[in-house]
Formats: sequence, C-alpha cells, structure tokens
Amino acid sequence: MAISREDIEKVALLARIKVDTDQVSALEKDLGNILNLVDQLQAADTSQTEPMAHPLDAVQRLRPDTVTETNQREAFQAIAPATEDGLYLVPRVIE
Amino acid sequence: MQWDVVIGLEIHVQLATQTKIFSGSSTTYGAEPNIQASAVDLAMPGTLPVANEQAFRYAVMFGLAVDAEICRRSVFERKNYFYPDLPKGYQTTQLAKPIVGPGHVDIELKDGTTKRVRIHHAHLEEDAGKSLHEDYHGMTGIDLNRAGTPLIEVVTEPDMRSSEEAVAFARKLHGLVTSLGICDGDMSQGSLRFDVNVSIRPKGQEELGTRTETKNLNSFRFMEQAIHQEVERQIDVLTEGGRIIQETRLYNGDTNTSRSMRTKEEANDYRYFPCPDLLPVVIDDEFIEQARRSLPELPDARKARFQSEYGLTEYDAGLLANSAQMAALFEETVRYGKDPKLAANWLLGELSARLNSEDRSLADCPVSAAQFGTLILRISDGTVSSTGAKKVFEGLWEGEGGDVDALIEAKGLKQVSDTGALEQIVDEVLADMDEQIAQYREADEKKRKKLMGGFMGPLMKASRGQGNPKMFNELLKKKLDS
Amino acid sequence: MHDKTVAELSRDLAEGRITSVELTQHYLDRIEQQDGQLNSFITVNAEGALADARAADEQRKNGKATAWTGVPFAHKDIFCTEGVLTSCGSRMLANFIPPYNATVTQRFRDAGAVCVGKTNMDEFAMGSSTESSYFGATTNPWGKNRVPGGSSGGSAAAVAARLVPAATATDTGGSIRQPAALCGITGLKPTYGRVSRYGMIAFASSLDQGGTMARTAEDNAMMLNVMAGFDPRDSTSIDREVPDYTATLNEPLKGLRIGLPREYFTDQLSPDMDRVIRAAIREYEGLGATVKDISLPHANLAIAAYYVIAPAECSANLSRFDGVRYGYRCEDPKDLLDLYTRTRAEGFGDEVKRRIMVGSYALSAGYYDAYYLKAQKVRRLIQQDFIEAFKEVDVIMSPTTPSPAFVQGEKTNDPVTMYLEDIFTISTNLAGLPALSLPAGFVDGLPVGLQIIGDYFSEARLLNAAHQYQQLTDWHRLTPAS
Repeated sequence: MAISREDIEKVALLARIKVDTDQVSALEKDLGNILNLVDQLQAADTSQTEPMAHPLDAVQRLRPDTVTETNQREAFQAIAPATEDGLYLVPRVIE
Repeated sequence: MQWDVVIGLEIHVQLATQTKIFSGSSTTYGAEPNIQASAVDLAMPGTLPVANEQAFRYAVMFGLAVDAEICRRSVFERKNYFYPDLPKGYQTTQLAKPIVGPGHVDIELKDGTTKRVRIHHAHLEEDAGKSLHEDYHGMTGIDLNRAGTPLIEVVTEPDMRSSEEAVAFARKLHGLVTSLGICDGDMSQGSLRFDVNVSIRPKGQEELGTRTETKNLNSFRFMEQAIHQEVERQIDVLTEGGRIIQETRLYNGDTNTSRSMRTKEEANDYRYFPCPDLLPVVIDDEFIEQARRSLPELPDARKARFQSEYGLTEYDAGLLANSAQMAALFEETVRYGKDPKLAANWLLGELSARLNSEDRSLADCPVSAAQFGTLILRISDGTVSSTGAKKVFEGLWEGEGGDVDALIEAKGLKQVSDTGALEQIVDEVLADMDEQIAQYREADEKKRKKLMGGFMGPLMKASRGQGNPKMFNELLKKKLDS
Repeated sequence: MHDKTVAELSRDLAEGRITSVELTQHYLDRIEQQDGQLNSFITVNAEGALADARAADEQRKNGKATAWTGVPFAHKDIFCTEGVLTSCGSRMLANFIPPYNATVTQRFRDAGAVCVGKTNMDEFAMGSSTESSYFGATTNPWGKNRVPGGSSGGSAAAVAARLVPAATATDTGGSIRQPAALCGITGLKPTYGRVSRYGMIAFASSLDQGGTMARTAEDNAMMLNVMAGFDPRDSTSIDREVPDYTATLNEPLKGLRIGLPREYFTDQLSPDMDRVIRAAIREYEGLGATVKDISLPHANLAIAAYYVIAPAECSANLSRFDGVRYGYRCEDPKDLLDLYTRTRAEGFGDEVKRRIMVGSYALSAGYYDAYYLKAQKVRRLIQQDFIEAFKEVDVIMSPTTPSPAFVQGEKTNDPVTMYLEDIFTISTNLAGLPALSLPAGFVDGLPVGLQIIGDYFSEARLLNAAHQYQQLTDWHRLTPAS
C-alpha cells in the first residue's frame, strides 16, 4: 500500500515527531516499502482465527492494595530537564 | 418551536483505594507535588504496571449495585495521546471489554415519579496528573501525584430529559458510590467529576440532535447551570438558523459561561490497542460472590427502612437515605434526639440549606449528631422554641460553643414553662384587653382561632419572647373560654 | 585468563587461585586496550566494578559466595542500572542515569556478579547490525568492517573478543541469536515471561525477552540460573518453578527428535550455509538424535506480522520520551507542540522514527483491522504451526541467519533488507518460544550459528542440546585474532 505525503504528515503529528519538508520524500519511500512488506499479511486466511495479543495464555495477577512506594522526588527530579517547587515545567499549556 | 432536551452523562469516580491502579504509590489527597509519583507513575523507562485488586473489587461492587453484568474477562487498552499530565503518552483504560456491562439506576423525581436511567457500561482506568497554570516564568507546572489514581468511568445512555433529571441522577450516583464506600464523594477534591453530553431536538422528533460535551463539572450546582446554559445556547444557535458543532466545551462556574475548547490539533485519533504490559483480568464467581457479600445497605433499601422504621415520608426518606453520610447523621441524631420527623426536618431543612448556601459538603459540617440530637430533645420538651433553636444552630455552626444547653442559657433562649409565672403574665396582659376579650367571646369558633393571634403577640412581648407558646395558648383558652 | 569460561572463572575464584579484583582489572585492561576498535561498550564503569569486586572478594572470604560472586560480566545498555548511564543506544537517553535497577540488574547484584559496563546496541533495540546506536557502530571482532549483528551487537562483540566472559542481552525479533551467530558465541532467548522485563527498556512489550550471551551453553545456563524467575513487578512474568539449568546439561540426547522446517531450508539458503548447518545436524544424529522434515506453513508471514506488531507496540512504548521528566529535551521549546515534536525528532534516530510512524499508522483509524488485527491473527497462525510441530518433534533446528556477518553500511540504506536478516528468528518471538544460537562452523572465515528452537519453558533442554554439541566440537572455543 502506498502512503501519501499527507499520511506522513498526519502520522508524524500523531507521533509528535517533527518532519522537515525535505525528509518527507525519503520517508514516503521507506514507509511505503515497509508497508509493502507487511501487505503480505493480506494473503493469509484468518477468517477462523482469533487475534493473539500475548504469547502465553496467562491472566493478570492482581496486587494487594498496600502502599509500597516511598517519596523519591529528589532522586527523580535530579534527572529532570526542568523543575521548580517540586513541579515538572513545560511550556505553557493552553486549554 | 418546542424543544426536547437529551442528556447523557459520563462520570469519573475516583476509587477510594489506598494505592494507585498500577503502582503501590499512596493516593492521599493534598500531598506536596510529585511526592506520590513513583517510577511507574512517572513512566520511567522500563517500569511496568501491576493491577490493583481493590480497584477491581470496587468496580465489581459498583456493577452489582447497578444491577449490571460483570465482565469475566476484561482487557486494558492504551489510549494514545500526548499531554504533559499523561506521563506514558497513553492512558491505560478499557474499551472493548470493560469490567462493568449494561446496568441501570432508578431516580426519584420531585413529582414523586421514578425514572430508570440505563448505564451503558463502566470501565476502569487511570487518572491523569494535574497541570498548574500559575505562572512559572511563562511555564506550566506538572504535578503527577494524581496520575494513576484508579477511576471508574460510568457512561449512561442518553436517557435524561432535563437538568433536574441529570442532577437527580448525579445525586443518586453520588449516594450510591459513597454508600458503597468505593469513593469518598468529595467533589471539591475532584473525587467525582461529571461530563455532560447535551443535545436538543424539535419536540416529537425521533432522531437525536448533534451533541456537545461539557467537561469536568465538579458540583451539582455547576452541572445544573451548565446544562441550562448549554440548552439555551443550542436553542439560540438553532433558532438563528445555525447548526450545532460536535465539540468539547469548558464551563466556568464563576461566570456561568462556557466556551469551546478550540485546539489547532488534528481530530483525535487515539489508536487504542490492548496493553501488552497487562494481561486479561479474569473475574471468577468467588470474587463476585465475595464482593456481593461485602455490599453495604444501599440507598434504595435504606430508604424503605427509613419509611417503615421511622415513619418518614417517601420523599424525606429518599433524601436522607441517598447519602451514606447523611443517613448516618440522621440515625445518630435520632438516637440522641428521639423524634425522627423533627430530626428529618432539621437535617433536610436548616442544615441542607446552610450547606448549600455555603457550598459545603456534609463532611465539613461543624455540628455533630449529638448536638443536633440534644437540640431536638430541647425542642420536644419545650425548653426552646423552634425560632430559638435556629439561633442555637447558628451558634453551633459559627463555633460559639459546643454545649447546646449552655448556648440556650447564654443566649437567653430558655422558654418559661412555669405555669404560675405564665398565668401571672396572662392575667396582666388580659387586664388591659377588655375590648378584644369581648370581641373574642362574641365570635364563632372559626373566627376565635384567628383572634387568638392578637393575644399571643402581647404575651410573647411581655415574656420577652421566652414564654412557651404552647402553654400560653392553653392558659389563654382556659381564661377566655371560661 | 580471559579465555576461560564463567564456569572456570567461578571455580578459580572459589579455589582462591585469583581474586575478583585481579580478574576485574584484567578485563578492564582488555577493554581499555581493545574496545577503541570494537566500540562494544557505551559505558565502562571501572570504579564501580572494582568496588564491587572488592566487596565480592570480601564475600568470598566470609564464605557467603554464589557461583557468580566476583565474576565480571556486562549488561546490555537496555537494562537500567542505578547510578550508571542507561542510554538504550539513543540520544534520547544519552544523559539518563536511572535511580533504580532493573530486576535482572538486581538479581546479578544479589548474586555478587561484577558489572564492568554497559554494552552498545541498536537504538532502542531496533536493528540487526548495531549501526543505529547514537554512540557509533560496533565492529565484529571476526572481521574488520563486518557488523556484529544486532541489536545486542555490543554484548556479542564483547563476549567474542573476550572483553567479558558473559553479557546480558535482549531479543525482540532475533536480537540475541543473530548477533550471537554473527560473532561466534552462544546466546539464549528464553520463553516469553521467563525473565522479568522490569527495568528493561521496552521496545515491543509482547515480544521483548531478556536473555543470555556467553561462549558456552554451560555459561548461558549459569546466567539463566540468575536471571530466570517470577517478578511481582512484571505482570507478564510467569510464576513457575525455575530449575537448575546446569543440572541437566549432561543428559544424553539419545532419542531427541529434531525437526527441520522445510520453509527454512530452501534454495534461498546458500550452499555454504546449508553445508555448515547440515554438518551440525549430523553431529546430533551421531549423538542418537533423529531428524525429521517438518512444516511451518505460515513461516513466510512472520516478518510481515512482526513489522506491524512490533512498531505498533513501540509507537506507544516510546511516547513516554517527551522531554518532560527525564532524558533529552530540545533547546528553547517555543510551545508544547514544539517541545514534543522537536525533542522527539532530535532525540530519536531514523530507524526508531520510522518504526514509531509505521506503528502509529497501523493503529490509526481505518487501518487498525487491516494491519494490527490482521497481524495478531497471523501471529496466532504462526504459534499454531509451532504447537503442531512440537507434537512431532522435541526441538526445531535451522540456521540462525541467512548468511554470515555482512559488511557495515551494506544494509543501512534499505530498512526492508535489514529486516530480512531476522527471517529465521522472528517467528519464535511472535510465538513466545525459547530458542538459542550456538556456533556451528564458518563460512568465508566468519562464524555461522545453528538455531535450536524449543517448546515453551524448554530452556533446560535447549541448553542440554547445545552443551552436548559443544562437548564434541570446538567452534565455540575459536577466538578471533585480536
């Protein structure tokens, strides 16, 4: 399946990756090739097949509702790009 | 043109677990920023979620309480979008296989009728953190303490037809989750948040109109106002020949206005898919039965009991029974104050009005059940008049003192109930009222009743308001009729 | 000294022939001398390693040693190591010093092993040549300008060059087995869920599995003894007894049923590769094994299914790298969107960005069913092929790769050609099965790997089969000229 420039731009925005105009053609080719590869899937007859999300047919174990974590803010924020008063800072969010 | 209003609700109910849905961090409200954000909550590289059993137990209890089917194999999915309060860049939620399937809640309306509101489903998910928009050099601060707090999102069918019904449902749901003990119900802290979907259509039309969603309403009053506001807006738009755009709106309670959340971003494409870090959660019969056994008395059952046990009217019983806190306050008040009807009147009247006018929740009511009970005892035994009792309540509310009897004394509200003293006052007052007495004696039974009031005023004045009106009444009758 | 295996070094330490400090210093010296050419390490932690070595020597003295106490090894730079840079081969994490350990890291620490450093890898484990690392490509010690395979190419090259006797690795589509094959060492990818993923930076959660790399099967068994086991912090880790993997290494192979998948032995395979692999299989027949042709009918769809599922999962897994809480952040973001898009454009390399975009596309509205759901269905077909095959045979054998190590730069311009490198390894990840690669000969002076795939949780059998082969052959003993 071919992927259009518009698709590339849309998907780059969804994925929050800046793509410069001069990169779009290369991506169009590479992503197009990858999608051609995966298009082989369409040949498979899966009409009788359930999708498989996990390799093992296991079920979720549930954790008891007990506090196990302690305050490690200092250690965590020591590696943060920008903090103040214990908060992570980001460019102003406008709702 | 006449319009029909169609309302559906989505309610985020914060579950009262000790820890988050996927980590062992505390969920205590009001902690310093980010001290309850663990490596998992911060989405540190390599960290993984493990689901909290209690969140599932609470969700199942909710499902049982709304008579819903419990999904035996529920699946967590990832809802992908970028936002600074969403550390992983996706919200872990349930979509195709939510834990709670279709159910229903019956609401009582003011006209005495009952209406069934269908629950489409309720799913478990994680809450996001908070963005603090105070100015940090033009930046926004992010607090992730709330990130990962377990929520159930309850989604109703569009079954409500007015703001009254929507609010009745919201109150009923609030009563239900607090009675279950699965949510603290504190709306000022965001423990319960309502999204309201509103559309209108010409009366009689089958097809639904385009709806808007007003997000994050955190009080019943705001919810009511926001619905009114939105209905008016939609009517205006349609009447002027415009059309309703499907959009998300933000309501501002301070100004009673709403606005569209305009974003330049692409239409959302959340790219849901099953979360590969979590496995399907299988709920067995034993788990469900255990949850069923742990269900406390629910509002509907409690209401019936209040009617039969305390002889309350259906309406009063319904109001008192809805909230677990109110119901508990009522029952304890009755233990002290004996008279259930008087207790009901006080809690639903004076107290509720006061809470509403100050926009406070019952949790921070400064008057205790023991105080209410004593006050009601004193009304019953004639120590204080109901007008005086209101002054005592005022004193208790304002923290002027904790002892009811001492307050009655201090405020000089104690009624005179000594027959001798009262009789003396009656005699003195009547001595100057020959004309009125003559009038009274000539009047018929019906007119006499009216004329009685003319004596009571001067009597109360003469007793400086402290005479027991009931006893004055009896003495008067005796004297005048003799 | 550096030609010795972990088992031999462990005995030397136990018998006091050498101290951990001496041993650790020796390996650190070798890294210092040789890694300038190989670039197999991103971080060498000499100071920390020597401190750990001293502590290990103390432990030995106090008689509290495990088989691993004082044995040097390395971690792939995908496992979080507290206080030591964990970059995942990416600019995004080029400054990331985790304040926590991966479960695998902790287990090796608890065993007393000495981590000398963190090995190079394809960025976020996406690649088959270790050329996409932000820290430069790793070279195969067997041939200048040859790739070591990937993504665990740093670990494979370091072990092959005897800069460490063992190294951890991860395998999402062949990232342990393919570099093990290309570097002439033994590497095992365990059953999905056997080794905890906590703290192992995720690429594709339902495919990723941590595993082992060393020169011999016995050393792999010793590593797995440390790594395997249930972890309450990883919901997908399996709570199942862990055997002593070294205990069954000497079981006879008589009667072992080997399956050869028709789909892997086609005329696409070069005569040289075919010859080497068939010679290895004849060795097994000599040990009493029987050989049978089998079919894996959906084998040809594995790459297609993988390149939907892995990118889809990675597209969400890598959303947490947003420049807010840790890692790279672009300079002077002008608004939130700019922060996200530039941080991620600058922080990720080309292959990572391609996969994130392919994954986002495959999950987006309108394509989910055709790509993601379809791939999940094909995944089940592939699993069923193996389930059928294991009704008839005990293990499946094949070449690990279609050809020996290729020249650096040869495949970097065409992602799809690079993907085909994993044609024999990828389906076991989709099925979640264990598989190992062991050195089986040479083509053009470059090592060739034999892949052995087993049924779920049959690691002991795979290691047993590899060990028996290594008792008869010395391919695994051959070392590249330094």
